[in-house]
Amino acid sequence: MNSRTLLTLAGIAALALAPAFVYPMLMVKLLCFAIFASAFNLMLGYTGLLSFGHAMFFGTAGYILGLGMKHLGWSPEIGLIAGMAGAGLLGFIAGAIAIRREGIYFAMITLAISQLIYFLAMQTDWTGRDDGLHGIPRGRLFGLIDLENDLALYGLVAVCFVLALAAIHRIVTSPFGQVLTAIRENEPRALSLGYDVARYKVLAFTLSAALSGLAGGLKALALSYESLNDLHWSLSGEVVMMCILGGLGTLSGPVAGAFFVILLQNFLADKVGEWLSVIIGLVFLFCILAMRKGFVGELSQRLAGLRGKARAAS
Amino acid sequence: MTEIFGVPAQVLYGQLLLGLVNGSFYALLSLGLSVIFGLLNIVNFAHGTMYMVGAFLAYVLLSPLGLNYWWALALVPVLAAGIGIFIERTVLKRIYGLDNIYGLLVTFALTMIIEGVVRVYFGVSGLRYPVPQALTGMLDLGFMRLPIYRVWVIVAALGLCLLTWAIIERTRLGATLRAGTENPKLVQAFGVNVPMLVTLVFGWGVGLAAFAGVLAAPLMQLTPQIGHSIIITVFGVVVIGGMGSILGSILTGLALGLLEGVAKVYYPEASSTVIFVVMILVLLVRPHGLFGKQ
Repeated sequence: MNSRTLLTLAGIAALALAPAFVYPMLMVKLLCFAIFASAFNLMLGYTGLLSFGHAMFFGTAGYILGLGMKHLGWSPEIGLIAGMAGAGLLGFIAGAIAIRREGIYFAMITLAISQLIYFLAMQTDWTGRDDGLHGIPRGRLFGLIDLENDLALYGLVAVCFVLALAAIHRIVTSPFGQVLTAIRENEPRALSLGYDVARYKVLAFTLSAALSGLAGGLKALALSYESLNDLHWSLSGEVVMMCILGGLGTLSGPVAGAFFVILLQNFLADKVGEWLSVIIGLVFLFCILAMRKGFVGELSQRLAGLRGKARAAS
Repeated sequence: MTEIFGVPAQVLYGQLLLGLVNGSFYALLSLGLSVIFGLLNIVNFAHGTMYMVGAFLAYVLLSPLGLNYWWALALVPVLAAGIGIFIERTVLKRIYGLDNIYGLLVTFALTMIIEGVVRVYFGVSGLRYPVPQALTGMLDLGFMRLPIYRVWVIVAALGLCLLTWAIIERTRLGATLRAGTENPKLVQAFGVNVPMLVTLVFGWGVGLAAFAGVLAAPLMQLTPQIGHSIIITVFGVVVIGGMGSILGSILTGLALGLLEGVAKVYYPEASSTVIFVVMILVLLVRPHGLFGKQ
């Protein structure tokens, strides 16, 4: 058994034991944002595209799940799948528009499209506008498992988390993922090698959007509530932050970043009040100026350095 | 009463005037954004925040310090430019060599910090800034009545836009600046202090945003969030116009403001989204923007 498999098994064991030590609902929130940040990483970390509008997928899926379960009597699994499909479709459309420009313009366009979605949601009656969508039932998974039980809900979220990470790992190690990395490293070269770069970008965007939708749907299901905050650009910025704090282009980086930001928010919320966003902004600023590789990136670099030294000594 | 496409002419003119007011703000902000991007290669996410800071500085000058609107109009852009220069010297200069997405992210972090500080001291409830005495009242044109303050906003904002345009296109300093945008290394080799130029340009751009904030202060409830949606709208404007051309930024800003005004009359639901829809259409037809270079 190699160290990677061992680490994966240890991670899964930790997930199974976590609810004994941490409030299940806190774990649920952590895992939702970990999925969201990992999905975002597929764009910025592996394809090198900065989307500044990912909240639109998170929030849209939440609203689709909420509306379907509240008014149409959907079961949770249908709600989650419909949310992912809706977010994926939106990602396909937004991606096809945004890839017409590169770099910084790409970021501004995704931001503008997400603002368009935000305003649309603010104006439709279905969404409950500023009040949000209340009273989403959690329902019974596959008609069997009652999700009103927090532990059962945590189980669902944990399974989704493992599946999402496995899917992302599979995507980035596949030939498709290699092309994405090639685009990140040198787009003109990928283009001249004959890859249809635009198609790869749109597909990556769509996959990332659908997985973000999974995170948004789970969060809406867990909180029984969906609000316009989940569509706002400040959430889009937050997910960028989680990803960069943890470490771009690594599997565990975004998870670590999401855990760090959410735990920091949870821990500081009732202690510092309005200073919270100042503190998080300062942390983020420091990270960009001084450690752009993020926690995981810096750590693995240090470890590699140590290993190198050990090898040199022996 | 005359009607235009089923809408009373008065209402239409009123909304067009409001559209021009908003358009003037878009023009001032997108102009600053373009000039900063041209020389620093940074898209300043904090631009909306500096607009908000401008409005709050005007408020602070008035209530504890007793300095009126005209003082604010003169002092606030200078103060804000000072803040901008401080930020440029301490933070932005550390990221010049990097990919320009880091510029966006750093200024996003600055947005969180600055807005957070304002929220700590002023809270989130709306504050009021009075319209200056000399500019209250209405101007009667016969076919419509114009609130004087709004006319003043348009005149002042466009005047400053044109001044900026004239400085960049018609003076020696402007020529150096344009050269610096094209090739900073060469300009540096000719003995121009490019880092100094960069600092000044950032200060100027931020000053423009703060000036817009002072102009806007009497027109709205001041909250720390007032920069939130305007910055995204201005991003839309910049994508539509392209960041290459100064007059392009001004014209696009005004035209989109007017378009919002028209939308408010004929199809109010679309007024907040029309700019983004136009942006998508422009991207489909002319991906590099109306005035952008390939």
